[in-house]
Amino acid sequence: MVQPASHDPMVPQVMRVAQAQLDAPDVFTLKLEPEADLPRFTPGQFNMLTAFGVGESAISVSGDPASGDGIVHTIRAVGAVSRALTELRVGDSLGLRGPFGVGWPMEELYGKDVILLAGGIGLAPLRPAIYRLLAERERFGAVAILYGTRSPADILFRSEVESWRQRLDVDVHVTVDHADESWHGQVGVVTTLLPRIAFDPGRTVALLCGPEIMMRFGVQALGSVGVPDEGMYLSMERSMKCGIGLCGHCQFSPAFVCKDGPVFRYDQIRYLLALKEL
Amino acid sequence: MAVEGLERIVRDHPFFKGLDESFLELVCGCAQNVRFEAGAYLFREGGPADQLYLIREGRVALEIAAPGSGAVTFQTVSEGEIVGISWLFPPYRWTYDARAMERVRAIGMDATCLRTKCEADHDLGYDVMKRLVPILFQRLQATRLQVLDIYGKPAA
Repeated sequence: MVQPASHDPMVPQVMRVAQAQLDAPDVFTLKLEPEADLPRFTPGQFNMLTAFGVGESAISVSGDPASGDGIVHTIRAVGAVSRALTELRVGDSLGLRGPFGVGWPMEELYGKDVILLAGGIGLAPLRPAIYRLLAERERFGAVAILYGTRSPADILFRSEVESWRQRLDVDVHVTVDHADESWHGQVGVVTTLLPRIAFDPGRTVALLCGPEIMMRFGVQALGSVGVPDEGMYLSMERSMKCGIGLCGHCQFSPAFVCKDGPVFRYDQIRYLLALKEL
Repeated sequence: MAVEGLERIVRDHPFFKGLDESFLELVCGCAQNVRFEAGAYLFREGGPADQLYLIREGRVALEIAAPGSGAVTFQTVSEGEIVGISWLFPPYRWTYDARAMERVRAIGMDATCLRTKCEADHDLGYDVMKRLVPILFQRLQATRLQVLDIYGKPAA
């Protein structure tokens, strides 16, 4: 795991907004630049972002880990903190602690077919993994990106998704839950995209990120076509506060999502997903 | 088209994959090739549900007209899938519109013919039902997810 740049993981470093872009309704992508060192991260990790005077929230990194040019977060305004973060504009300051957590198992994907199953804002934590997959494309087998979202207007990173789609070495499918007549693409839930891709289930690793219900349906669908439980990884979301496994807010039975996750192998948490109390 | 060609198409369509040869001839007796240009409707809500379509090529939008919103597409169906389930159950009326989003080629199965043969030969009926029920189940699951609006804004 990459260690936080700050020696004290509880002390945020001040970052400045270098770019702010509206990606979908209520969804902004911020590119942040540090006043000191740029924190290094691996795909799937997250940072605790502070909107000064409002509070702190766990947000996955959505940028390219290899870029070395700022750190990128995609934020959906759903609460007071996230709304305040999405209202930041170029030049504004915010706090950042991190990166924290265990990300996607990128080295484990070498030589395997890879399926990325994303739902809604869940495409953002997967995007760093997609950058890595595309940068090292020859090291992987078939690569498929299956993305489902609510409506055509909610498609995240639209122009980038279109550019991935134009590549001949990646299979990209997008579906929406509902649409009007102007939409010429697929309508239906994201799992209906699985029959459209070619992969060898026994040597496939699937990375899933999205609403937990979607991921539960996703693992069922992947399992039904032969992808083993140990070949599926899920990015879990719980209320994270300290980011280092001390406070217990994100306790996930024996694990802490902030420290042991957010990415978990499915066979290790399968029994937990069925527990309503968690 | 020669009957042999039609049989091959029906046999090769995923819906009838692995169909017993003895049933194939029965089923093909209800089948014909059909084509719809982009924008044409395979059927409209309220009309008699008299066909089962095996899609060979193109994409079909399943739509419901919503007051104030026009037609809302709730599912698209493509090559290798089927359109039309309402022919199975009384009152045999379509409950939504099916519109060709692009040129669609399909096998249209006469539903009355198919139902009659399924009633006459329950082994065939059971085989057809075993093919339809998983599709119904998948669509029920998909509908649950859509109704839950899982990508909608969570409670703050």
